[in-house]
Amino acid sequence: MLAHIGRRLAGLLLVLFLVAALVFFLTRLAPGDPAALMLGDQATPEDVARLREAYGLDKPLLLQFVLWLKECATGNLGQSIFLQQPVTQALLQRAEPTFFLAMFSLAIAAAIGIPAGIASAVWRGRPIDQAVSGLAMLAANIPSFWLGLIFIQLFAVRFGWFPVAGYGAPDASFFERLQHLFLPSAVLGVVNSALITRFTRASMLDVLDADFVRTARAKGISELRVVLRHAFGNALVPIITVLGLTLALLIGGAIVTETVFGLPGVGNLVVSAVLRRDYPVIQGALLAVAAIYALINLAIDVIYTLVDPRVRQ
Amino acid sequence: MTAPLLAIEDLAVSFRTEEGEVTPVRGVSLQISENETVAVVGESGSGKSVTSFATMGLLPRPAGRVSQGRILFRRRSGDTIDLATAPRATMQALRGAEIAMIFQEPMTSLNPVLTVGEQIAEAVRLHLGYDRRKAWAHAVEMLGLVEIPDAARRASDYPHHMSGGMRQRVMIALALSCRPALLIADEPTTALDVTIQAQVLTLLDRLRRELGMGVLFITHNLGVVAEIADRVTVMYAGEVVESAPVRDLFNAPRHPYTRALLECMPSRAIQDASGRRVVRSIPGQVSRVERGCAFAPRCADATPACSVEAPMLESDAGRQTRCLRWRELA
Ligand SMILES: Nc1ncnc2c1ncn2[C@@H]1O[C@H](COP(=O)(O)OP(=O)(O)O)[C@@H](O)[C@H]1O
Ligand code: SF4
Ligand SMILES: [Mg+2]
Repeated sequence: MLAHIGRRLAGLLLVLFLVAALVFFLTRLAPGDPAALMLGDQATPEDVARLREAYGLDKPLLLQFVLWLKECATGNLGQSIFLQQPVTQALLQRAEPTFFLAMFSLAIAAAIGIPAGIASAVWRGRPIDQAVSGLAMLAANIPSFWLGLIFIQLFAVRFGWFPVAGYGAPDASFFERLQHLFLPSAVLGVVNSALITRFTRASMLDVLDADFVRTARAKGISELRVVLRHAFGNALVPIITVLGLTLALLIGGAIVTETVFGLPGVGNLVVSAVLRRDYPVIQGALLAVAAIYALINLAIDVIYTLVDPRVRQ
Repeated sequence: MTAPLLAIEDLAVSFRTEEGEVTPVRGVSLQISENETVAVVGESGSGKSVTSFATMGLLPRPAGRVSQGRILFRRRSGDTIDLATAPRATMQALRGAEIAMIFQEPMTSLNPVLTVGEQIAEAVRLHLGYDRRKAWAHAVEMLGLVEIPDAARRASDYPHHMSGGMRQRVMIALALSCRPALLIADEPTTALDVTIQAQVLTLLDRLRRELGMGVLFITHNLGVVAEIADRVTVMYAGEVVESAPVRDLFNAPRHPYTRALLECMPSRAIQDASGRRVVRSIPGQVSRVERGCAFAPRCADATPACSVEAPMLESDAGRQTRCLRWRELA
C-alpha cells in the first residue's frame, strides 16, 4: 500500500513537471508584455527595458523556465509582477474562500445528488425517476452566473437573508463568512449535483439487480437497509470518483461564481493576473491547481481501498 | 394428519412485459412436510426459479405477481398463511427466519464489501435478537457447522477470498443461521464442480436431518434427485406434469416427459458407432401451444386429441400426472 502511494507520488511529480512546462510556455505565447502594461502608454522604451530586466523577462525563455523551476522546487512559486508579493503568499491569501466554496459546494451537490440518484434508481421508471432526471437535466444546463444572479436577486436583495456579495470584513467571524459563502455554494452545489445524481443512479441501477442484493432481501432485512447498506455500499466506488472529480473541477473552475459574488478567491486572482499578464501568478496558480487535482486523485485511490476490500491487495 | 408445511395450490405467476402479460408459471401444485425433501426438476426455463421466488415473496416488483392460486405456509406459531397475499411486513419477518433460500450462483450471491461473518450475523441479529458479539459467535458456529475449516478466522474473510464451494457453504450457513422450517435450494450445486457438488449435497442432507427442515430442492439434474429427494415434482413449460415419490418416479414414470428425461440421464448414455458415450436429449424445444398439452409438439406418444384437450393434473395412488394417456401408456 505505502509502496503504491510512493509510486503514485513519483508519477505525480512527473505530471507536475509537464504541467509546469506547459503553463510556462503557453502563458508566454499570449501576446502582450507585462512591463509595458504596468507602465502604461507614457512609458519610454528604456523604462520598460529596466522593468523587464528587474523581473528577468529579458533572459532567454529556457533560462527563465529553469530559474522558475528552481524557485518552485523551494516551494516559492515566484514573485508577482504587480502585487509586490510572492505568488505563494498571494495564492494562500485567496485560498480560503476558494477552498471553503469548493467544499461547501461539494457538500451541497452530494446532499442533493446522492439521495436523488438513489431514489431515482430505486423507483426506476416511476414519476419520481422522471422528475429527478428532468431536474438534473435542467440543473446541468443552467449557467452558473445566471443562477447566481437569480439567487442574489431573490435571497439577498428581496428577502435580505444573505449578503449580496463579498466575503465580509477582514476580521469577520466564521459565521459571517458562512453567510457570504452560502449563496455561491448553493449555486455551485445545484449546478454540480446533476452529474452526481446521474452517476449515483447509474451505479445504483448496476447493483440493485445484483444477486447479493437478492440474497440480502432473502435474509428478511428491511428494504431501506437493503438499499442503503447492501446496494449503496457497493455503488460507492464510481460515486467517490465523481465526487473527487467534482471537487477538482470546483477548485479549478469556480472563477465565474467567484466573480459574480465578488469573492476574493483564487479564481479572481487568476482573472486579474491574466488581464495584466502577471506571468508568475498565472503559472503559480495553474500549477497549484494541477497539484491539487493530482492529490485529489491520489486521495480517491486511497479511499477506494477503504470502501472496497477487493481493491486492497 | 397435520397440514403440510408448504402447500402450493394451482399457482400461476405473471409478468408484465413490453409485449404484454406473460404467465410463465401456471398450474403448479406441490406439498412439502417437515423433514421432507421435495425435488423440482425441469429443463432450464420451465419456471422453477419463478416458483421459488413467488414462495419467498421475491418476485421482481412491480412486474411480477402471483396471478392465481395459493401458497399456504404453516408458521411456527401454528397459523397457516397464504404467502401470495401476505403483507410485505409479514413476508419480511418470515424470510430468513422461517423460510430461507440458497441460490444457484455462489460467486455472486454474497455481498463483496462485507465479511462473510458480518453477512451471517446481520440476519442473526435481526431475527434472533442477539447482540453484536453473540451474533458473531453464532455466525462462527454456523460456519463450523457447514464444515468450513478454521471458521473463527474465515468469518473475517471477504467472499473474494473464498472458492465457489466455500461460498456456497457460507450461503448455506447464512440460510440456516436462524433455523428456518423451510429451505428453498435453487440449483445449489449446479455451478460447482462434481466433487464439490457431492460434498455440498451430503452436507445439505445432514443438516436437513439435524434441523428437521422441509427442503424444496430445485435442480435439472435427475442424478441429484435420486440421491436426496423423497418426492419429485417434474415441471414442463411452467406446469407440473408429474409428481411422485422418488422411487416410483424412477421405477415407473407415468408422464412421457418424465420418461424422456430419465432416458436422457448420463448414467443411461449409449455408445455411438465409434464407441463414444452419447447422452441423448429430448428432440425439439419448448414452444408455446395454443391449446392442448404443452408437451405435445415433442411427445413421442402424442395423438391428435392431445392438441385439442389440455390434460388436467390427475391424482392416483399418491402420485399426480398431467397426461391424457397415462393410463393406457402405463
Ligand atoms: N422478470 C421476468 N419477466 C418476464 N419473464 C420472466 C421473468 N423472470 C422469468 N421469466 C420467465 O419465466 C420463465 C421461467 O424462468 P425460470 O423460473 O428462471 O426458469 P428455471 O429456473 O426453471 O430455469 C422463463 O422462460 C422466463 O422467460
Ligand atoms: S397428453 Fe398427449 S401429448 Fe401430452 S404428454 Fe400425454 S400423450 Fe404426450
Ligand atoms: Mg432457475
